[in-house]
This record gives sequence, structure tokens and C-alpha cells, in this order.
Amino acid sequence: MPMLAPTTSAELADAIAGAAADGTRLEIRGGGSKAGVGTGGRQTAVLDMRGFAGIIDYDPAELVLTVGAGTPLAEVETLVAAHGQMLAFEPFDHGPLFGRPVGAATIGGIVAAGVAGSRRPVMGGVRDHLLRFEGVSGRGEPFMAGAKVVKNVTGYDLPKLMCGSWGRLAALTQVTLKVLPAPRETTSCLVRGLDPRQACAVMARAMGSQAEPSAAIHIPGRARGASLTVLRLQGFGPSVAARAALLERLLGEHVVETPDAALAEAIWGDVRTLAPMNDGRPLWRLSIAAGAAPAVIAALEPLGAQWQMDWAGSLIWLCFDGGGELVRRTAAGAGGHAMLVRDDRGVYAGMPTFQPQAAVLAALETRVRRAFDPAGVFETGRFSDLAPHLDLAHAD
Amino acid sequence: MSLRMPEPDAAVIARRGEIAAALRAIVPGEGVIDDPAMLRPYESDGLTAYRQPPMLVVLPETKDQVSAVLRWCHGQGVKVVPRGSGTSLSGGALPLADAVLLGMAKFNQVLAVDYEDRVAVVQPGVTNLAVTRAVEDAGFYYAPDPSSQIACSIGGNVAENSGGVHCLKYGLTTNNVLGVELVMMDGEIVRLGGRALDPAGLDLLGIVVGSEGLLGVVTEVTVRILVKPETARALLIGFASVESAGQCVADVIAAGIIPAGMEMMDRPAIHAAEAFVNVGYPLDVEALLIVELDGPAAECDHLIDEVERIARADGAVSCRISRDEAERLAFWAGRKAAFPAVGRISPDYYCMDGTIPRRRLPEVLQRMEQLSAQHGLGVANVFHAGDGNLHPLILYDANVPGDLERAEAFGADILRLCVEVGGVLTGEHGVGVEKRDLMPAMFSEVDLAHQQRLKCAFDPGLLLNPGKVFPTLHRCAELGRMHVHAGQVAFPELPRF
Repeated sequence: MPMLAPTTSAELADAIAGAAADGTRLEIRGGGSKAGVGTGGRQTAVLDMRGFAGIIDYDPAELVLTVGAGTPLAEVETLVAAHGQMLAFEPFDHGPLFGRPVGAATIGGIVAAGVAGSRRPVMGGVRDHLLRFEGVSGRGEPFMAGAKVVKNVTGYDLPKLMCGSWGRLAALTQVTLKVLPAPRETTSCLVRGLDPRQACAVMARAMGSQAEPSAAIHIPGRARGASLTVLRLQGFGPSVAARAALLERLLGEHVVETPDAALAEAIWGDVRTLAPMNDGRPLWRLSIAAGAAPAVIAALEPLGAQWQMDWAGSLIWLCFDGGGELVRRTAAGAGGHAMLVRDDRGVYAGMPTFQPQAAVLAALETRVRRAFDPAGVFETGRFSDLAPHLDLAHAD
Repeated sequence: MSLRMPEPDAAVIARRGEIAAALRAIVPGEGVIDDPAMLRPYESDGLTAYRQPPMLVVLPETKDQVSAVLRWCHGQGVKVVPRGSGTSLSGGALPLADAVLLGMAKFNQVLAVDYEDRVAVVQPGVTNLAVTRAVEDAGFYYAPDPSSQIACSIGGNVAENSGGVHCLKYGLTTNNVLGVELVMMDGEIVRLGGRALDPAGLDLLGIVVGSEGLLGVVTEVTVRILVKPETARALLIGFASVESAGQCVADVIAAGIIPAGMEMMDRPAIHAAEAFVNVGYPLDVEALLIVELDGPAAECDHLIDEVERIARADGAVSCRISRDEAERLAFWAGRKAAFPAVGRISPDYYCMDGTIPRRRLPEVLQRMEQLSAQHGLGVANVFHAGDGNLHPLILYDANVPGDLERAEAFGADILRLCVEVGGVLTGEHGVGVEKRDLMPAMFSEVDLAHQQRLKCAFDPGLLLNPGKVFPTLHRCAELGRMHVHAGQVAFPELPRF
């Protein structure tokens, strides 16, 4: 596959304008951790963004960090950690799902995929922390939006639109993120043996309480025996202690344990890497209303689905090779949608990666994509989501 | 009025009677207002320097009526200006002489509350404070709290991406809205976002919030509600210089503390507020900081001690800690009354809304003093110190010829200064008509064109709230054109396909 590796915005703009002119499609790639997402046809060249790497501006007291989009996630996290800070959305690294090392994903890839970890329901997603970006749209024009300050409403909030756009609007060269102080203390509260319905009730009660968990997950009973429902408490020492005591009172009818360090690390490591979800079958990601999680499990588990819950039930990871349409109908019925994250054996060949939208919304989304990318430079077909009437504008 | 709005279309105004009749067929009874006397209350919003009675007002009650009104106007090429409670400080709801004003006040119902998932579904005309009122008995609240919260509507908050004093910790409207139902200019209805946290496709919700009524009319909003913190306590800290107050803010954050609120006032603002509410603000200081901590009592106690220690180390000349709820509210009373307090020392004031990197504050205040002398107008400053959002209040007298123009020129200079030091034109009030012509100070033509093409995806006829946000109205066909210069490759050395 042809590869382009620009290192300046001008080179990037030239590459994209050139592709628009000769009809080449471009797949934007950072660390390659998500290259396995989307298996649709690719008559494409790869646009390697790793040339846009490096820390540009970091002022911890302003809570603002600006980096090149091609900077490896590991480098960014190490830098902010050294200043007692964090990316509060807990970037989710797809690498391990595809047998790649942790931390090789680039920050631009994290932003483009809009993937947040367990703190998402409490601290928001990538969208809530991207303050500004620079990039080159499918028009081959460098542009920017947002600002290097934490509070700004000047103009349309294009940074939100870039998060989760999966490289279909612009190639990002630089991102400015809001950073926050990292918690001083972390502890976990564990309840064993709950079924999905009980687990969701416990997670909802905890999340709706002054115990303020920073994460709530549920892992069904497997090799480790009984199911695990885990609530994570973070903050200053006295606060964490007070909230742990509150949580214990709140869940009075259950036995609440504090897992030892090894178990806690194993649990949260599994949540980060999804190691238990590597059973060779396709992997689905269901983003749904938290309250509907037990019904989703009840519908799909009897058909052989393996699963685990994050975001207090609002996120379900699912290993499943049964009916894809059933997964999507079930997700829609739960107020959400299902993304086909990994399908390396082509079980669902031709199935769109992202759940198709209602017609009016799909048409609107297509118009937005054409606004940024009139020639379809970034329409690689990778996600099997090409609108039937692509309606690409003719360059003049 | 120094601002130019799009030239009214006389042909549309001539059809006023016919348009009123057509809209009455959609919204019967008193839902269409065309009596000039009754149009008066709609002639301006919170930016009262600008007034323009609308051609007509329509007050629909259902989303189908909203859809039918927009579809009809779309078909007839009639412009529409949406309006919530009309509290915009940037002229976002300023009517146009040839446009229908679409008022959403009748959408005033809280539709559903789900405490288990911690969401409320409300109609857009519900006031900001009413959302909290609807859920507070169960121990919940809605976090964004713009100072107009008693009157401003959630629909307006969505349009403006409204903030408040608790933004640093709890975010703006955009971080607290999960979904909307949106009617586009052609009458089509879409649902964006919802109960799931991530969208299936592009995050269109993210651009609708803060789009200032240019992309569609919101008919339903799903918001996140939060558990009320167990306690809240505040410190009132006086400093002999703005620099040391600013250092204290930076040191609090460096200590890993994100207060629920962190507000700064300068000497003129302190004196005006104290004279108005008499809550015991120190008058011998140059800067006053209110720092509020919330959460479990154990956390508040711990952090109050930390903040006090930091403040002393940074040279605080006075430090009071609230002992009870009454005292905490007293600390806030002066800050919350700052605008009316300034209104007592000056016949009129003009409220600005820039954001700057916090470390540039002393320099910005100093240059603002120079600008004040240059324009011959006083200024008092209140500052959301945690997030760098500055509200200079320019003092003027509208009855003095030329004073308003001087105030506007002073304000524009302040906002250019904010951009120059790395900040922005507006932190929470929106661009509207007020800062529209300053947009090129922050964005290039190419940046603005990328934003305007988004408008074209929603409203290619540019009929919804025209004349706001963007300094130049480009036709969508013109924006869509793409210039490719075949054969003129700028970087021939770059490896190609």
C-alpha cells in the first residue's frame, strides 16, 4: 500500500489536494493501533501522521497541553504524570485488542476515534477535553478551531466534531487538550457474585450517591469464579476514606471488600486491555443507556455472547459471532448502538463498522462529511459506510 | 448603532399579512403576534443596546408546529430568528425586520426524570433553575448555572453553550447535555445523542450546542443531573496585588485542587459590591478571591486547610472561612450582585466576556487600565479565575452622546487584547451580533469558511438566524467550490502515490 509521510502542514495540504485531484483515497494513520478496525475495501494510500510528533506547549497551571497529533500516547501520559496530572477521560488504547503493544497509539488517533476509558461517565469523553485542533481538511486546506484556553464558545465547536470522526473529515496535525490533576489516592470496592441486574442496580446506586465513584464496572463469573462488580474511588486521602465508608453503608446488604493490590491491578488491567475478550470471535462495542444493560445481556448471553460492562453498564464489550443484525437491533432497543470493533476473520463481511442511522440523520451526516471533504479523499470504504449516493462534488 | 445587519428584504416585508395568515393556519389562536405594540417586548434580548422589532412573532406549542413553521418559511424563503427567554448578552436573539421570530417559551414542561441513570428530559423553554427545582427534592441538581438562571431557558443554554461560576469543575452546557431533538430549517426532525454516552456517527450534538440558533431549533433536551454535594464551604481571601491573587489561583491548581468555584474581583468591583450588599468585603485590598470547595465534609475540611495554607504563603492579607451556610452565601452575595452593584455607580455598563490564559492576567489588567484612560471610561473586573474567563464591566452613560460608541470601541479593544495574549473573544456569552465583526481577529478566512460550510449542511438557504456569528455571509455554492491547481505541486520532493 502506498505510504505518504508528510512532516509539515504545507506538505500535508499538498498531499491531500493532490489526492483530491487524482481521485486517490487516503487512510489517515497514526500508531496503527486501530488499523484493524473496519475491514471494508481499501483502494487507498496511507497517510502516516507520525511526522507530526512532539510536545508543543504545556503549562500545567493553566491545565492546557498542546502536542503534535502524531505524538505517542505513552509519551503524553508520561509527561502529564510527571506533573501530577492526567488526561481525565482515560484514553482507551485499541493496541492490545489487535496484538499490538500498549501506548503505541498516537494522541491524534485517540482523538479521531474519540475513545475514552472507565472515567467516561463521570469526567466526560475525549470530546469534553479537546480544546483546539489544527489540521488539513479533505479540501487540502490547513485550518484550526477552538483555542488554548479551558473555556471558550467562539464559533462552532468543531473540536467536538473531530472527536470520533475516524479520519473522515480532516487529518489532525496538532491537538490541545484540557488536563486535570491526577488523583492522589485510588481504592476499589468489590462486590462478588451479583447477576447483571443486581450489578447494574448496585452501580447505579453508587454512581447516584455522594460516594462519587470514578468508575463502575462489572465482569461476569469466569475463570476467577464469581462475578465481580467493582467501584473505583479516587481523590484526596481523607475524601476517599470517607466515601469508601459511605459506599459500604450504602450497599449494606452486600459484602463489600477492598481487593488487594494484585487483584485490583488484574481487574483494572483487564478493563484497560480487554484481555478476557480475546476469544477469537468478533468484538462488538455497545454504547447504550445504562439502565438497559441487563436486558441486553439477557438477550445475547443465551446465544453464546461473552461480555463485560464498563461505564456503570452504559458500555458493553461483547464477543459474539451470531446474528449481527440482532446485536444492532438489541443495541437500538437499549437506546444506543453497536460498533463492530474487530472482525479479523470476516464473519460479518460487508457489515458497516458503525451502526447505520435513521435516514434523515444519515443524510445530514453525509452533507457534513461533504462539507469538509467534497472530493471524498477520506472516503476509503474501510468502514463499509459509503452512502449509496455519495454525491461527490466535482473539483473545478 | 454601529452594527450593520443584513439589508431587510422589502418584498418579504410587503407580504407580512399573507405570512401571518399562513402561520396562523399552523399555530392557531394567539400563537401568532402581528400587533406592533405587542411585538415591542421582543425587540431586543439581553444586549439592550440593539433593538429591532420583528416582522412577526410565532409561539408554537408542539414540535410538529415548529416543523411546519420552519418548512413553510423554508419553502417561501422567509428568514427565522429563534428565541428562548431572550437573555442573550451577545444579541443572539436580536430580531430582523424581515424575519419571523420563533419564540419557544411555551415548551415549558419537564418531561421525564430518571434518577437511576441520572438524566432529565425537558422541553427547551424550561428555565435553567427549574431543572434543578424539579430534581432537588431527590438530592440532585443541574450543574451549569449562568447568572441569569432564574430566567434563561435550557434551549437558550444549548444555543449559547452557557457557563456559570462552577464551569471549571462541572463544565459548560455542552458537557452536561446528552441529547437533543432538533428541527432543521427544512422542517426535518433529527435526534442527536441521547441516553448512550457516545454517538453512533459524527458528534453532531457537539456542534449544535453553542451554534447560537444557526443550525436548527431544539424541541427537547436530555441533560445529565448530578448528586448534590454533601457540603460546600468557601474562603474569602484578600490580596494586596492582582499578581499575588493570580499566583494563589495557580498554586491551588498546582496542588491538585479543582475548586467548585474560584472567583476574583478587582478593587473597583469590590468597592461597588460592598457598597451595594454590605457583607464585609475588605476594602483595603487590590484583589479579592472567593474559593469554594464542595464534596464530602472530610474532603472540604481537608481542602479548606490546604487552600488557606497556600493563600497565606502567597501573601494573603486577609482570609475568612465560611463557618455556616449563611456565611458562605454572604461571601457570594457581593460577587453575584456585582453587575447590579456596578449599575449603581454608573448609569450604564457594558459587560464583556473574554477568556485569557490566567498567567497573563496582571498584564491584561494593566493594559486595560491604559485603555480605560485612552477611551475615557471606567472599568470594573470580575473574573472566573479558575478558567480564565474575564468579565470587564465598562462604565458609561447612554445619555451622553458618543458614550455607547466609546464603550463599544473600548470593549472591542479589550477583546482584541484577549486574543493577542492567547485567549478568545467569548468564554460563555456567545458571539451573536456583538462580537461578529471581531471574528477575523481569531480566525482566518479559511477557518471561518470551514465553520460556515457546516452551516450549509444544515441550512443551505442561510435562512435561520442570519447576520449572527459570521462577519460575512457567503453563499453556500460559493463556499463549496474547491480550487485544485493540477500540475502545480508545491512539494515535488515528497514521495507520491
